[in-house]
Amino acid sequence: MLRIKEYVKAESLAQAYELNQKRANRIIGGMLWMKMGTVNVHTAIDLSGLGLDGSEERKDEFVIGCMATLRQLETDERLAVLGSGILKESVKNIVGVQFRNLATVGGSLAGRFGFSDVLTAFLALDTEVELYKAGRIPLAKFAAEGAGSDILVRVFVKKDDRRCVYLSHRNTKTDFPVLTVALSSARSGIRVAAGARPQRAILVPADECLNKADAADIFEGRADKEALQAYAAQLAAKVPTGSNMRASAAYRSHLAEVLIRRGLTALNEQAAKERGKKDAD
Amino acid sequence: MQIRITLNGRKITEDVSPDLLLLDWVRAHGCYSVKRGCETSNCGLCTVFMEDKPVLSCSVLAVRADGKRIETLEGLRKEAEEFGAFIAGQGAEQCGFCNPGMIMNAIALFRENPEPSEEEIKEYLAGNLCRCSGYEGQLRGIQAFLAYKKGGGIQ
Ligand SMILES: Cc1cc2nc3c(=O)[nH]c(=O)nc-3n(C[C@H](O)[C@H](O)[C@H](O)COP(=O)(O)OP(=O)(O)OC[C@H]3O[C@@H](n4cnc5c(N)ncnc54)[C@H](O)[C@@H]3O)c2cc1C
Ligand code: FES
Ligand code: FES
Repeated sequence: MLRIKEYVKAESLAQAYELNQKRANRIIGGMLWMKMGTVNVHTAIDLSGLGLDGSEERKDEFVIGCMATLRQLETDERLAVLGSGILKESVKNIVGVQFRNLATVGGSLAGRFGFSDVLTAFLALDTEVELYKAGRIPLAKFAAEGAGSDILVRVFVKKDDRRCVYLSHRNTKTDFPVLTVALSSARSGIRVAAGARPQRAILVPADECLNKADAADIFEGRADKEALQAYAAQLAAKVPTGSNMRASAAYRSHLAEVLIRRGLTALNEQAAKERGKKDAD
Repeated sequence: MQIRITLNGRKITEDVSPDLLLLDWVRAHGCYSVKRGCETSNCGLCTVFMEDKPVLSCSVLAVRADGKRIETLEGLRKEAEEFGAFIAGQGAEQCGFCNPGMIMNAIALFRENPEPSEEEIKEYLAGNLCRCSGYEGQLRGIQAFLAYKKGGGIQ
């Protein structure tokens, strides 16, 4: 059960930060995860009065406030230009609409949950987070280090030419995922993120596996089946997996190869289709 | 802490403890359609509208609803009855415990997307669990209701 002694709707980030330096005080995002545990909170710090619940489109990036909900990632049509609509795809299996109307982007990333669909998807994009004190840092670095007593204020996602695919495996619909995979293909190369291993999502060191020409083939939709299969095996071998109540390490490693292969194949097909369209014009 | 909430059109000002959940607050104000079916934010039984959006009232602090409009099934009687008849018509209800939460979320779906596909219905209602039915009757009821609406409300 969650017990809260005091509740403060912060009037500034400075005030919220100050309050958050005490161990007994906690920032509340959507409160969904927090509510699962037995927690005694002295002061609950609410950021909902600071105008951080929207997203903004700039020339070369999107800025998403930490209090924006997971549902907004689905319904804000502007965000669909990011990585072939990967954000929407990644959250749609999380519990239900009523849940996603509450769960926040900030809480989802700050929690650095092993099972996180949200973290996996943002890792496949060119994402940075802004911490109140520490400033802007790449998401992968944040995922490794966490917020400590800092506040995750905003998320920045670069607009670029990448196509993305998001895939997860669940034992039953709306349950926590057994494995999550997000892939992106851009002129600059392939990026693969894998989560729910069951440990936290990581970026697979894709450069070590793929030789440059192969990544370009996928971006242009010219890779053949054998090449895709070979990549998938190489990439999957770099995904460390473990066992928990949902699945064994061996099963996850098998899934990793299957999902990565499907992802690469989809990226290649998407590119081929677009190329076909261009040639026809 | 003092809060001011408009519950089903009625303005209520009250002093509440910071960890009181909205679910317990609306029930204390007579809205017994709103129920707690789980401890893990998973079942959808506690669905209410906050500023027109369906949310899990078991996971919202009452203090966070300060200044907001909250609606429960009690405040949506006409809409709920019209639609509920189609669910009953399919014999979809068994114990009926899940019904108010499902009706609330279905109403939210119809408002957001008046002509949903089967896949869209399933996706929108995925967070409303039913222990008894297997969901087929509910789905038929929803589709029958949508067909009735499309036909201009004539059965
Ligand atoms: C039953 C259940 C099922 C779930 N299933 C899935 C799933 O299948 N896939 C998935 O990806 N996720 C899943 N989640 C996680 C969910 O999507 C959210 O990521 C999670 O609830 C955290 O978001 P929140 O807004 O509720 O944060 P909260 O619970 O409010 O906060 C989480 C933590 O982050 C801290 N925090 C919040 N905001 C900030 C901030 N701005 N700066 C610094 N720290 C902050 C809080 O102090 C707290 O420690 C599930 C959660 C639950 C409860
Ligand atoms: S009581 Fe189960 S989701 Fe709220
Ligand atoms: S009819 Fe019993 S829970 Fe749905």
